Amino acid sequence: MKYLCLVYSDENTLHSLPDSPHDSECQAYAEKVHNSGRMLAAEALQPVSTATTIRVRSGKVSITDGPFAETKEQLAGFYLVDAHDLNEAIQIASGIPAARVGSVEVRPVRQLDV
Amino acid sequence: MPVNPAQGSQVRAQLSAMYQRESRKVLATLIRLLGDFELAEEALHEAFHAALQQWPVEGLPANPVAWLVSAGRFKAIDQLRKTSRLTHLPDELLAKLSTEDAAEPEVIADDQLRLIFTCCHPSLATDAQLALTLREVCGLTTEQIASAFLTSAPTVAQRIVRAKGKIRDARIPYEVPPPAELPQRLDAVLQVIYLLFNEGYSASMGTALLDISLSDEAIRLGRSMLELLPDAETAGLLALMLLQHARRHARVSGDGELVLLPQQDRSLWQQDEIREGGELVQWALRTRRIGPYTLQAAIAALHSEAPSSSATDWQEICGLYHLLLQADPSPVIALNRAVAIAMRDGPAAALPLIEQLQQHGQLNQYHLLYAAKADLLRQLGRNSEALQAYHDALRLCQQAPEQRFLQRQIAALTG
Repeated sequence: MKYLCLVYSDENTLHSLPDSPHDSECQAYAEKVHNSGRMLAAEALQPVSTATTIRVRSGKVSITDGPFAETKEQLAGFYLVDAHDLNEAIQIASGIPAARVGSVEVRPVRQLDV
Repeated sequence: MPVNPAQGSQVRAQLSAMYQRESRKVLATLIRLLGDFELAEEALHEAFHAALQQWPVEGLPANPVAWLVSAGRFKAIDQLRKTSRLTHLPDELLAKLSTEDAAEPEVIADDQLRLIFTCCHPSLATDAQLALTLREVCGLTTEQIASAFLTSAPTVAQRIVRAKGKIRDARIPYEVPPPAELPQRLDAVLQVIYLLFNEGYSASMGTALLDISLSDEAIRLGRSMLELLPDAETAGLLALMLLQHARRHARVSGDGELVLLPQQDRSLWQQDEIREGGELVQWALRTRRIGPYTLQAAIAALHSEAPSSSATDWQEICGLYHLLLQADPSPVIALNRAVAIAMRDGPAAALPLIEQLQQHGQLNQYHLLYAAKADLLRQLGRNSEALQAYHDALRLCQQAPEQRFLQRQIAALTG
């Protein structure tokens, strides 16, 4: 079953806390998950200041700057993994280095009803 | 073997007793075999229905639990063949269902643990954990659960449906956690059991102070958890519940009023439960893996052994609170420690500790902080300040018997 692990943290402190992970550590963990055969995709994101939000209403595209909602913690990256069950997904998520300074939301992927 | 009608009614009575005792075991195994709570509940129902028809005629089978699991399994296979709800995987499931020998005692014990750990999975909301545990593990009806939590049956039913939906959709596995995760997951189970006990011990709203049945369920769960998976903290929690439960008749007066520990008639305490709780504390302490439940139980045991409040070993109790605060640095424990220090060293020594907690702010909405402060001020003869603190406590208190208790204290000071 596929799970999306969404990594949230306060962008302003993500890289500056005593427990903040360095990029090399994040890279090493991604490789570890990859080698376990569970990884489908993982990326770190640019800060929300680079975000653009798109909505289509009555056929009309509206484009606004910024994230879809202002929150204390922002989406900083994600892992898409193929895990046997929620417990395995939690185990992978709890190893993500940024979990030490932020939080990781684990969401099962829904199969489209087609 | 055919039986006569008199024996038939005896078998029906035995079956009814067996439902009380064994239906949860059968359910736990059926959930594993069928991989689905709803399907397992239907199969359980069908299995007992079949037993009701066959046992009075054919006599009790040699291993009734195995018979019920097997009957439930065949009923489920019938059901799966009839409906198309699982058309995409029946081969795999049917193979598992027809080959597995499910009714070994160790397997049945493991299945019970699987059920408990799944119902108390930390990814379920606390409300859902409580409702699901009472429904699936304890076998209470939705209506019984609703009345215990002073809510409506549809609300409880919805919580249970949502929880089962999450178990299915997020694929929460039906398993006993591996050793590395066990301590944390066991904590979650113990927390659910203790919440249930406290819910029964004093309903947090409304007029009834004691609802014996939820406390009984929690104690029963604690016992079966200790039997299935012996652990020091499980023993500590069971001891704590037994020791508190032992005082239930002394805690409320004949006219429904709250009686505090120092004023309780200790001859009303249930000595058998105190003895059992004390033995469990000793066992847990000897394991040297001492956690917060064991420490709280050790404190409760010291109270239970004392002939009166003044003859209590407050020195030892203060020491245990010190350890407890290190294991679990929560402000409520700090408050309890301050009250114990007041008993050991007098009200003047403890008042600054409570004022410090008040400044900290975390307990500002907790009525017992103000009640404890009021009590110390009253002992120190600072009556107008005590009165103010009693009023603060009354404003925050939501339980009728506690409100009446505080009103009596206020009346005594103003009278």
